[in-house]
Amino acid sequence: MNEISLNHYLFVSCALFFIGVYGFLTRRNLITMLMAIELILNSININFIVFNKFLFPDKLDGLFFTIFIITIAAAEAAVAIAIIINLYRNYKTIDVEETNTMKF
Amino acid sequence: MNVATILFYLLSAVILGGGLLAVTSRKIFRSAVFLLFSLIGIAGLYFLLEYEFIAAVQIVVYVGGIVVLIIFSIFLTHGSGGDMEKPVLIRAVFSGLAAILGCALTYLFIKEQVFIKSNAAAIEPSANNIGSQMLSTTEHGYILPFEVVSMLLLAALIGCIVIAMKVKTEK
Repeated sequence: MNEISLNHYLFVSCALFFIGVYGFLTRRNLITMLMAIELILNSININFIVFNKFLFPDKLDGLFFTIFIITIAAAEAAVAIAIIINLYRNYKTIDVEETNTMKF
Repeated sequence: MNVATILFYLLSAVILGGGLLAVTSRKIFRSAVFLLFSLIGIAGLYFLLEYEFIAAVQIVVYVGGIVVLIIFSIFLTHGSGGDMEKPVLIRAVFSGLAAILGCALTYLFIKEQVFIKSNAAAIEPSANNIGSQMLSTTEHGYILPFEVVSMLLLAALIGCIVIAMKVKTEK
């Protein structure tokens, strides 16, 4: 356990965050963009847990933040999918380039 | 190289490989399955760090809830699913460049940063300790965020039904 330092974990979470950013920028399909956001949220969760474990083992605050982030991510995914299904019903597509009614 | 080290590298490979394939795969259903592997890898990382409760929550909520929801919505909107179109080359190149440079810059900051460790006695992150601190009303309790999040979940539940409900049109 001692060989793996804090920096190893932080590198994993950092790389996962930027993989999510890459996916968010390149994808043009709403569901895959949502998946990229899930990756970003998960990388943040790893950060909170690792800081709690290595720097503040006497507290549980990082763990509570992770629990609340997971809860809010679940609510966010549910609302986003409801919006996507409604959008699909009106436009028959979920490509962000083609659904442009509210755009000037 | 002990077992924990090998496990860490294995789990990191699963997480990063799954994430990378999830954002680059051209078939949307495969993309969701790779996301599933990545999330399971993260749960494994929590097990490795001995945070069993949060690992169980990760599996139940993400793997059992969100990914299943995403797969259902893929079936509703794509049918069996064909290939997605390739991203525009120039956009892919610049996004990749931004991601790699951002990652390098952030990791540089992390390497330079000196972290100060607290030396107080460790608390075990057991379900017992988590529950009693989350529901306590003293200075370090989390009862208020807990209640606010419960209201948020209720609002999201009602909002989802209202948004996705089919409105009957008069003929």
